[in-house]
Formats: sequence, structure tokens, C-alpha cells
Amino acid sequence: MTQLLFKRLLQLLGVAWGVSTLTFLLMRSLPGDMAYRIAAGRYGMDAVDTTSADLVRAELGLDQGPFRAYLQWFSDLLTGNLGNSLVSGMPVVDELWHMLSHSFYLAMAGVVLSMLIAVPLGVATAWWGGWFDRLMLTLSTLMRALPVFVTGLLVIILFALELQWFPVAGFGSVSHLVLPAIALGLSLAAVSNRVVHNEARKVMQSPFFEFARTKGLSNWQVLYRHGVRNLAVPVVAFMGIQLIMLVEGVVMIESLFSWPGVGHGLAHAIFARDIPVIQGAALMMGILFVLLNTAVDIACYCLDPRGGRLQ
Amino acid sequence: MRERTLMNARGLGLLLLTVLCVYSFGTSFLFAGDGNSQNLNHILSIPNAEFLLGTDHFGRNMWLRLADALQLSLFLALACVLTSVVTGVILGVLAATRGGWIDRLIDMLVTLIMALPGLVLVMIFASIAPGSLLVLYIAIALIQWVEYFRLTRAVIQRVDTSPAVESSRLMGFGLWYLFRRHYWPVLAPQLLTLAAFGAANAVLMMASLGFVYVGIQPPTAELGQMIVELFPYYQEAPWLLAQPLLALALLVLAFHLCGRRGADAPD
Repeated sequence: MTQLLFKRLLQLLGVAWGVSTLTFLLMRSLPGDMAYRIAAGRYGMDAVDTTSADLVRAELGLDQGPFRAYLQWFSDLLTGNLGNSLVSGMPVVDELWHMLSHSFYLAMAGVVLSMLIAVPLGVATAWWGGWFDRLMLTLSTLMRALPVFVTGLLVIILFALELQWFPVAGFGSVSHLVLPAIALGLSLAAVSNRVVHNEARKVMQSPFFEFARTKGLSNWQVLYRHGVRNLAVPVVAFMGIQLIMLVEGVVMIESLFSWPGVGHGLAHAIFARDIPVIQGAALMMGILFVLLNTAVDIACYCLDPRGGRLQ
Repeated sequence: MRERTLMNARGLGLLLLTVLCVYSFGTSFLFAGDGNSQNLNHILSIPNAEFLLGTDHFGRNMWLRLADALQLSLFLALACVLTSVVTGVILGVLAATRGGWIDRLIDMLVTLIMALPGLVLVMIFASIAPGSLLVLYIAIALIQWVEYFRLTRAVIQRVDTSPAVESSRLMGFGLWYLFRRHYWPVLAPQLLTLAAFGAANAVLMMASLGFVYVGIQPPTAELGQMIVELFPYYQEAPWLLAQPLLALALLVLAFHLCGRRGADAPD
């Protein structure tokens, strides 16, 4: 466990270093004089002249050599100074906090919905098997082949354009959250319901499960007392693997639905070449990703203290 | 029964993949014209004898455009898979057989790469050189070799302790012989599965980037970007939007079916 946590700490530092180095390279690779560009971003295109550019250059220390500039860039990051957005001029940290809460709602809604779909479906297919199982297998396979943004697009077409039940995009009310959450939840559930199915079948075929039924417990009792916890460990561990899908799904879904979260912010920043925001958003996602992975590790450890499944 | 359904799934995947390949590569040989040339007299036309899949909002021939886009996706998938398999397997063999600091060094690198979600890394790379296919390919390969490396390392470490390998080694056979005779037969089927999913992922990554408009730049035909371009015309020409959607889904489905192992058996 300690070794694992140490590894996660290493990852955390690695993310900070990797992202800042890449964005630094990005900063350097942009054509033109950086001072003019930043000045244009701050004071508007018309107000840029040599004096304002020189002011910016002196203030940000842009005339240093590349190595010093890199050290400066990285130490800024370590002290929590992410700079200001080149587009809005606001501190990146403030913008990120704002975006983060929106991303969080979306991700939570998506995960909860996917679990609500996947767990009952997986257990039911394992219990009954037969044609029902084969049907769900086919459906899951087809669903899985749809990228998450295609699912989102189809959901928009069906529920927003044709039926007009929910708004197409935007945010503000609960009804705005419904479609993105459905798209995200369906994509996640397409994979996870088969994992639940496999694990449930394994548990149901195990000797201890058979014995519990033989001794006369009702189906529900067996499932509740002997199934759930044994099932939970691999399923929670799988949620850790699925985190990648979740983060990537959130990025795509936010862009599709104009949901003002970190992913949308990242895509927009890349489009607008707003480097401090790119760095901040990528960093935020990387850090969250590592932290969530750690949370999954700890959850697995608590569910199964034997620790055999860790690593 | 299970064996047969597995064969069917794989067979179906291969069939789908072959059809898509024949369509996309055959089109460039058999059909004259250019997927990027505009014809504003024929915009949003429905499929007919001249334009087999209709034309888009600039009057570009969708049959040619879709073939171009599929070709690009297939090409990228192939390049990414080949590069990352070769890199991953070589480094995996090195790490498992040499051990020591090589192992630790590569393991640290892998930990670093896995700390960031793949799509985010690819997006940052894409922003360094917007619209560059080469950078996209490098970024995707950079992420994907990690999986082949982990698989190779795990498999070889397990096989390495078997009596067969021990005795081969005692008889003085070299690494190349061990690899060919002992490692590869165990490794190959699992690599194939991973490669199929890796190909699907590469296709998805490029389409995702195109979809958020930071990937391949217009006018090059690319599936994700075609979807965005055609979405505004959904009301007038829904069949146009359906084409890239269907092509992308079929391509990913084909790869997924090819990679099916033991009827969705657990690992």
C-alpha cells in the first residue's frame, strides 16, 4: 500500500512536470514575438506598440534565455502561480475553480447513471442468462462501437431536436444536465455492464454461493449477503480503469453540449491558443486523475483488506 | 458453441474491415475526381448516379470524401499500432530479461505517461502543431506503446520461470531464440487483441480531436470533423450526417470484433 501511494505521489509530480514542460515548449514554438502577443491579449490589438510590448517583456522577464525562462515557468507553477488567461485576462486559478465544479456535477451524474444502468443489468444477465444475455451482449457491443460524442449527438437529435423534451446545449438548470449525463452514462455502462456480468457470473458459480442457496437462503438474501461485497471489489477496481474513459468522455461531452467545465475550457483554450489556460486545465485534469485513481486504490483496499487484488 | 460464436465475431469483424478497406482504397483507383473539389451548383444533393452518396454543403462528392477520410483513419491506425507494438515489445523484453536499472527507468516513464489521460496528452500535442498528422501520430503512439510494454513484460516474467525456458537457457540459447520459441507464441494472441483495440482507439482519438476542431484541419476529409461540418445541415440533409457517423461506428466496431477474445471473457 505504501509503495502504491508513493507511486501515486511520483505520478503527481510527473504530471506537473510533464504538463508544464509541454506547455512551455508550446509557448516557445508559437510564431512571432511573445511580448507583442501578450500585450495584444491584454490591451487589445489597437493599443499595442513597442512601449507596451517592452513593458510586458520587462514585467514577465521574456528576454531571458530559454533555460532561465523554463526554470521561471516551472517555479511559478510550483508556487501555484498559473498566470492569467491570455483571452479574458482573469487569473487562471479562478477560472479553473469555476469550471471544475461544473465538470464535477457532470462526471458524478454520468457515473451514478452508468452504475444505475450497469449493475442491475449485469446482475440480471448473469442470473437469467440465455437470450436476454445474448441480446444485451449484442447491444453492449454495438453501443461500445459508438464514440461518446456520437452517442451524445444521437441523444441530441432524438431528445432535443425531434422530441424537444430537453434543451440542446448550455447549462443553468437540471434539465440541461439530463442529456449530457445520459450520453456519458450510456457510454460508460456499455462497457461496465459486461464487467459486472462477468464478475457476477463468477460469484454465482462459486461454491460459497451455491452453499448459501443450498442451506435455504432466499435469492435476495444470497445476493445481498454473499454476492454484493465479492462483486464490489473487481467492479470498483474496474471503475478505476474506466476513469480514463470518464475523463475523455467528459472532455468530449462538455465540448459537444457547451458545458462550461474543464474539458470544454481545455478544447477552447487550445483553439484560442490560450496557453496559461491550457496548462491549468491539463494540470487540473492530470492531478484529479491521479487523485481519483488513488481513491479507487484505497476503496479497493477497504473492500478487500486482504490486499491480494491490489497492484 | 462458444468457440463458434467467437469465430463468428472475429470473422464478422474481419469482413467489415475488408469491406471498408476495399471501399476506401478501391475508390482512389477506380473513381476519378477529388474529394476536396467544390461544385457549388450541386450542394446537398441526394445520392444519385453521379454522386453515389450525395454531395455536402460545398458540393463536394461524399463518396470520394468518405473514402479519403476512411483511408486517413486506417492509415493512422496502422501506423500507430505498428510503432507502438514494436516499441512496446522491444522495451518489454528488455525490461523483463535485463531487469535492474533499465526496468526501473522504463517503469518510471510508464508511470509518468499513465498519469495523464491519453486524450488530454494528445490534445496538448495537437496544440503545439495544429493540424499536423505527424504530431498526432507521434502523440498517439507515445501513449499506446505503454500497454504493449506492460503486457509483454508481465507475460515474459511469467514464462521466464517455466522449466522450458530455464532449460533452453541452460543449453545456451540466446535471447532471439528464446523470444521466437518461447515468448512470442504466448504473447502473439494477446498482442493481437490489444492491437485491435489500440487501432480502434487511435481512430477514435483522431475523430475526437477533429470533433472538437483541434485535429486535422479542413479541407482534409476526416471523420470527426466531417461530423461537425455536416451537423448544421441535419434538418435539410440528414443522410449526409449519417454517413460519417456510420463509417466511424462501423470502423470501430470492426476493430472491436477483431479483438474479441473468448466471447467477452474476463482477463
